[in-house]
Amino acid sequence: MKALRNYLNRVKPNFEPGGKLHAFRSVFDGFETFLFTPNTTSTSGVNIHDSLDSKRVMIIVVMALMPCLFFGMYNTGYQNWLGAGAQSFPFWEIMLYGFLAILPRIAVTYIVGLGIEFIVAQWRREEIQEGFLVTGILIPLICPIETPLWMLAVATAFSVIFVKEVFGGTGYNVFNVALVTRAFLFFAYPAQMSGDNVFVSTRPILGLGYNVNYADGISGATPLGQIATSGAGEQPLNIIGDPISTWDAFLGLIPGSFGETSTLCILIGAIILLWTGIASWRIILSVVAGGLLMGWVANTFQTPTYPASFLSPLDQLLYGGFAFAAVFMATDPVTAARTGVGKYIYGFLVGVVAILIRVYNNGYPEGAMLAVLLMNALAPLIDYCVVQANINRRMRRTKTSA
Amino acid sequence: MDNFAPRLQHTIKMRKTINLRKGLNLNLRGGVESEDVTKVTPSLVAVIPDDFPGFSPKLDVAEGDTVEAGMPLMHDKNCESVKLVSPVAGKVSAVVRGARRKIERVVIAPEGNGSLVHDAGKATSAETVKTLLMESGLWAMMRRRPYDIIPQAADKPRDIFVTAMDTAPLAWDPETLAAGKTAELAAGVKALKQLTSGNIYIGIKNGSQMPDIAGAEMVEFNTLHPAGNAGAQAANISPVNKGEVIWTLDIITLARIGKLMLTGKADFETTVAVTGSEVKTPRLINTVDGADVARLTEGNIVDDGRNHRIISGNVLTGIPVGSDGFLRFPYRQITVIPEGDDADEFMGWASLSPSKMSTNRSFLGHFLNRAFSPDARLQGGRRGMIMSGEYDKVFPMDILPEYLIKAIMSRDIDQMEALGIYEVAPEDFALCEYVDPSKLELQRIVREGLDYLRSEI
Repeated sequence: MKALRNYLNRVKPNFEPGGKLHAFRSVFDGFETFLFTPNTTSTSGVNIHDSLDSKRVMIIVVMALMPCLFFGMYNTGYQNWLGAGAQSFPFWEIMLYGFLAILPRIAVTYIVGLGIEFIVAQWRREEIQEGFLVTGILIPLICPIETPLWMLAVATAFSVIFVKEVFGGTGYNVFNVALVTRAFLFFAYPAQMSGDNVFVSTRPILGLGYNVNYADGISGATPLGQIATSGAGEQPLNIIGDPISTWDAFLGLIPGSFGETSTLCILIGAIILLWTGIASWRIILSVVAGGLLMGWVANTFQTPTYPASFLSPLDQLLYGGFAFAAVFMATDPVTAARTGVGKYIYGFLVGVVAILIRVYNNGYPEGAMLAVLLMNALAPLIDYCVVQANINRRMRRTKTSA
Repeated sequence: MDNFAPRLQHTIKMRKTINLRKGLNLNLRGGVESEDVTKVTPSLVAVIPDDFPGFSPKLDVAEGDTVEAGMPLMHDKNCESVKLVSPVAGKVSAVVRGARRKIERVVIAPEGNGSLVHDAGKATSAETVKTLLMESGLWAMMRRRPYDIIPQAADKPRDIFVTAMDTAPLAWDPETLAAGKTAELAAGVKALKQLTSGNIYIGIKNGSQMPDIAGAEMVEFNTLHPAGNAGAQAANISPVNKGEVIWTLDIITLARIGKLMLTGKADFETTVAVTGSEVKTPRLINTVDGADVARLTEGNIVDDGRNHRIISGNVLTGIPVGSDGFLRFPYRQITVIPEGDDADEFMGWASLSPSKMSTNRSFLGHFLNRAFSPDARLQGGRRGMIMSGEYDKVFPMDILPEYLIKAIMSRDIDQMEALGIYEVAPEDFALCEYVDPSKLELQRIVREGLDYLRSEI
């Protein structure tokens, strides 16, 4: 480590103003602070600081996403094998297939996103911030596996520039950057983003895997997609036509966006985030409560006009991107409500609106993304009301003592 | 709303008890274990006007003048009666000025024993008590809210809050230092009673053996920092409203006021706790306000080749002074910690080391019941506000700290007033600044905000 530190100290002057590599200052800074905790000591106020910093917060979130990522790799391979009619499912081959499927997408997202962030950080003469480490892994997880790479790049670039950097960077964005990327893809390229053919990887990769042909009996539709197009009360089927049980939905070996299918892995991620206190338990609890309540209301008044109303409240949690949004999207501290009471209201409304859109709007089989984006817009209003309550309490106190 | 509201109970001794639910105790290495007090005579003593916010100093002495203990060195430009006095008898050895001829400090070389005696018998009315306090130099040892500055002459405080607790990391219990001074405390309360139409509250710890002081209301608190801060106590007993003024002081200053009333002499002897992980033997020292740190820490700092940070005060609100520095207000603690600017921590953010101190459960250290030796590093880079709700966990007042900070940063006066800036002082935000993962300089922000507000209104 000493050798590494000495090496960095030797090259550092090249990146200072006037040095020949000054244009890459932000890149060097980013790597330096990644490798070694800065030696800056406090110059005012408290003399000691808690050991928790922004980097650790972000890395914990990335760790919490790892179960979803690894399961997504397995599931991608599994759906491909299953759809092609395979009888045996060799673990490592399937994992490798999934890994090779997602690798280009992660690479593109990180290169485009981090590239833009480094450029902006250099331009602003600031240290690069870690927000994109999380966003960069979230984006491939919420997109269908067959999303073309160039679309991913365009959408990421759009989001990072117009939703994040324009507002001031990490900590200043109003909307969840990963969700806006998804929404951009959804609205700009609807044919490639929805329907039955995008959620399963249908071609071999580097000699691994099989060709999957969507013929009779083979359909890559997600459970929610099936419910939206079919009649009421029909059991969702997996890719080869077998019914999907509750356990299947919980485990996640069903078609869907890359990381969203496994409620089990999302639960593991939730435990990691709640244990370390990075995600707010208030938000997760309220989203689930709101979702269950709305699901129960919809189920009680079930009608064939809205096929999704036949799902039980529990099924509403297990299918689609609801659980993922509840744990990883709604809990983004920057875009969620920031007051304690506000978090309950915000989370509850996310849950309610997500199920509301899913059930009662036939245009959108999945409503979680839109619900979170809508509540991102309303979160400042919720906080404003909570702050006003505090202000009014203070004014009442002034009046009674006057 | 939420869980800010403390629980009030009446004990059988008829003392109100308030148990704060929000706060944080930091377990640091280097606490004083023995009650023995060593007497140390300083080689130099300094009075530093920056320790007294709101005081605009104008010199009354020049270099080379001989002074007695209690003689004025500076007076306030805004109110000539308010003085900063010499804590010892001796000669003025230096008047150090900084940029734009600002008085940085007045340094006195102690010599002799002379002590100024005031005519305390004449202090019978509110005006005369005020003048006596101002002339004696004890007036500047109190603070008033709003603005957290020294009390102003025209103040009519609604209440006065005295704290007999110090819950800051490694602080020594001031109650033991005030033990046996009941007569002086009573005299101090009697004098201050003339200056306020309301109550005088003395905040003591749960189970305290301190006897009731006549004229004051004793309120018990649990020892969860910042319960020892007079401001936190005031916020939980009776918060300041717009248009009201409160004064805060500590029990030692109250005892000094009482002694002044009884004997006419102001006392500047103080007991200082020399603490911290870099101190060989943490101990108590009896010395004088403003003593030089070199004498107080002589031979007591660990010699391990690392840089040290000598802090006058506690790690949260104290000021780093060099080894050639002086003890700063409130003159009761010195903490020595490693500076940390020579550390090269590889991927510190991923560390699983049990020696990293944190409130966060992702650190092993959180679960170990041990004392830590943190250094002065930021432990990360400065960022914008990202995590929410962290400040509220350690801020025991009915104020939304994040929103108040944002209002201060954007200089929104109406919003600052509405959110309670009149109730706070920078020290209230010390724990928030400690836990903040974004490493914002909250105390400095609040100080600048208060000064800005005072200049605008």
